[in-house]
Amino acid sequence: MQPRTDTSQHLSHLKRLEAEAIHIFREVAANFEKPVMLYSIGKDSSVLLHLAMKAFYPAKPPFPFLHVDTTWKFQEMVAFRDETAKRLGIDLLVHINQDGVDRGISPFEHGSNIHTHEMKTVGLRQALDKYGFDAAFGGARRDEEKSRAKERIFSFRNAQHGWDPKNQRPEMWKIYNTRVSKGESIRVFPISNWTELDIWQYILLEDIPIVPLYFAKTRPVVERDGMLIMKDDDRMQLEAGETVEQKLVRFRTLGCYPLTGAIESDADTLEAIVSEMLTARTSERQGRLIDKDESGSMEKKKREGYF
Amino acid sequence: MNNLQTPDTLKTFLAEQEQKTLLRFLTCGSVDDGKSTLIGRLLYDTKLIYEDQLAALESDSRKWGTVGEEIDFALLVDGLEAEREQGITIDVAYRFFSTSKRKFIVADTPGHVQYTRNMATGASTADLAIVLVDARNGILTQTKRHTFIASLLGIRHIVVAINKIDLVDYDQNAFERITEEFKAFSAELGFDTITPIPLSARFGDNVTELSPHMGWYDGPTLLGHLETVDFESDHSSAPFRFPVQYVVRPNLDFRGFAGTVAAGSVAVGDSIVVAKSGKSSKVSRIVTMDGDLQNAVEGQAVTIVLDDEVEVSRGNMLVAPEERPHVADQFAANLVWFSEDPMIPGRQYILRTETDSVSASITALRHRIDVNSFAHEAATCLDMNEVGYCHLSTQAPLAFDAYADNRATGAFVLIDRVTNATVGAGMITHPLRRASNVHWQALDVDKKSRSEQKGQKPAVLWFTGLSGSGKSTIANLLEKRLLAEGRHSYILDGDNVRHGLNRDLGFTEEDRVENIRRVGEVARLMVDAGLLTLVSFISPFRAERQLARDMVEDGEFFEIFVDTPFEECAKRDPKGLYAKALRGEIKNFTGVDSPYEVPENPDIHLKTLGKSAEELLDELIEALKQKGALS
Repeated sequence: MQPRTDTSQHLSHLKRLEAEAIHIFREVAANFEKPVMLYSIGKDSSVLLHLAMKAFYPAKPPFPFLHVDTTWKFQEMVAFRDETAKRLGIDLLVHINQDGVDRGISPFEHGSNIHTHEMKTVGLRQALDKYGFDAAFGGARRDEEKSRAKERIFSFRNAQHGWDPKNQRPEMWKIYNTRVSKGESIRVFPISNWTELDIWQYILLEDIPIVPLYFAKTRPVVERDGMLIMKDDDRMQLEAGETVEQKLVRFRTLGCYPLTGAIESDADTLEAIVSEMLTARTSERQGRLIDKDESGSMEKKKREGYF
Repeated sequence: MNNLQTPDTLKTFLAEQEQKTLLRFLTCGSVDDGKSTLIGRLLYDTKLIYEDQLAALESDSRKWGTVGEEIDFALLVDGLEAEREQGITIDVAYRFFSTSKRKFIVADTPGHVQYTRNMATGASTADLAIVLVDARNGILTQTKRHTFIASLLGIRHIVVAINKIDLVDYDQNAFERITEEFKAFSAELGFDTITPIPLSARFGDNVTELSPHMGWYDGPTLLGHLETVDFESDHSSAPFRFPVQYVVRPNLDFRGFAGTVAAGSVAVGDSIVVAKSGKSSKVSRIVTMDGDLQNAVEGQAVTIVLDDEVEVSRGNMLVAPEERPHVADQFAANLVWFSEDPMIPGRQYILRTETDSVSASITALRHRIDVNSFAHEAATCLDMNEVGYCHLSTQAPLAFDAYADNRATGAFVLIDRVTNATVGAGMITHPLRRASNVHWQALDVDKKSRSEQKGQKPAVLWFTGLSGSGKSTIANLLEKRLLAEGRHSYILDGDNVRHGLNRDLGFTEEDRVENIRRVGEVARLMVDAGLLTLVSFISPFRAERQLARDMVEDGEFFEIFVDTPFEECAKRDPKGLYAKALRGEIKNFTGVDSPYEVPENPDIHLKTLGKSAEELLDELIEALKQKGALS
């Protein structure tokens, strides 16, 4: 018998969350024929991508990355996306719902509900069908929203990409049921058990690049419906009485620019962002127009195939 | 939190955050005992509810709430629409909060009996369970059931939260009566700690602060207990276990085994053994993207490189040489059943461990466990939410530990082969040694030489269809033709076999499964003898036809669906059975009060309507030739 190594090492909370996510990535790669990771450019996606790189090191992740582009993302997000794919040498697919573009779907004209359904949910379904992916990673966390808190890590979708919240597969231990029939798929959420604070701490610890929009900077914003909307391009028309103001702002979450409210802040470093977060009195989804349409709206969107 | 703006304070704060331990716990108990309210209260009192969430909660409370004008904390966690409408919790929800001492992940699990499987889900990853008891009602059936499941799933620490104590005037006697009753019934469940706490989730007494109304209580608050309970059993001193998930092979120079250390630790230079083959090797590197490690401990996800080219694939385990896991294809386990379709011994399921997957069946249900009295009862099947002690047999050996020794390497789930539903979860108790004394006798004359002598390829031609569909008629004609052509064959007919080999079996679902299993085994022996084996059996269940298919080699089994509509069979009624069944004189008659599961992808599909038996025979022979069953 050989001498045992010192085993008094203590695994921190974050190290355990990291290991859980890596384990999940590997399970999917080992069990599915055609996985894909949904890459939405935000901070959670950045963490997810970092974890995917870790899971298969020294190999590259054995699956492509997919961005469903609504054509209304901040310009800085798109630039960051392309630069990230190049830097890491990963296979990035970009899908746009061309039918939606042709019909001129716009968050300004059609409202957040229709825009999100057409450009995100339908766009995503199109992309999944087009490539025939049988598993798709997403960066959703259970602390974000009430119906997310009830979702499995391996979340089954029928052939129409729908979620049946009342009929979820029991998920025991770290044993995941990865079996699907033709046309069915699984959405996989490796960072289900992370909180917003965990995400920021991890970004800080691991020095993960994120979109500069998270940092405070003077930006052109318009106050509309109680939110500060950044005028990212000329498609945003001013309404009567509105003016563009230059304000020191940043974003807590990122999505389509007409639907994402900025917060006034001078936090221009990661440390300052974490400090601000610790004293914040509102949740991060508060800046999201799409959750507020009605109570339970996230559950409804998810049943229809939204991530 | 006011001085966090200064970099040093923040650094200290983050360092503290990083050192915190993580306690996963679940809440359980009967409906309306206040589980969701308690979690809402914990989140509220640890200030984890943001202003916008609070505003939404206030408006939801007016719409759905059950406590008048006050805030209904349950609505914080009941997230699904159906839950809000019915005022109950349907599915397990995960919640997160932290204090200065610990981080917590809470699984809020439902109390309704039909959702017990979700309770098991929450318990499988928890280290502690809070069992809620309504002080007015005391211990209920659900309380016992959930406490039992917590124990079965390996939870060692219990908090008995005696809730709604305000509604019994903070009565010490009520508290003590319930505590004693709880300790009495749970004595044999083997918990390390049982901590009773009287509280009011609605008003916050003894949740985060000691109640002014209960001077007689000298224990901790609920939160105080959660922050300090010593739950971490010594995983790191356990023998090394590393289930291999994935082989990382970016180029010819690198081959690493990716996985999570399930127990113990490993260091560069350590000898290890590949569990299933017994082959030894040494650890040459422990690879991560952050650089190579000298050693890895329980919970770490790493990639291990070995010294030599030893064969290892997913489903195998790298283990400590001096303390190896069991490797066996038969073992005993406690099983929790989740599916509406009952568990039936003999039926084939897919068994999954953390990284292994294999075909398996329950060979014997030793007893069912009454979760109220914990008594052992005789049973032939397990219904949804029932628990049983079983023997299982797998098609290939598994590497495992007893669940009591290691929750990661001693657990499995069962998956239905057709629907892919997770139908049960098991906790292994020990391997069964019977198989090791009955070795396969190697014979000199084998299947190949027997078939060559007969100049034919042996096969099972499995005829399935309703009673009276024409299976036996067609099989009979086929055998005559085969005989005339000089081939060697035999017919196993459902009715005939029931006169002899299977005379002890009836027509319940369990007996039908056993009926098919025996006939499948006989067919397998006949194929081994080199024969064309015609089996004419109603065989109504997909799972059993699959079972029979799995008993022979690939390409030796041909499912022939003799497709005659029910109305036509009932009209023909050659044995007068349909008339009797429809009058209720025969029970469990296929197509009448017992289901026939239509084959989804039969090898050959014979539609009989409007065709003569001779026409069908020609069609069948043509199809058999096309499929390569006949030359």
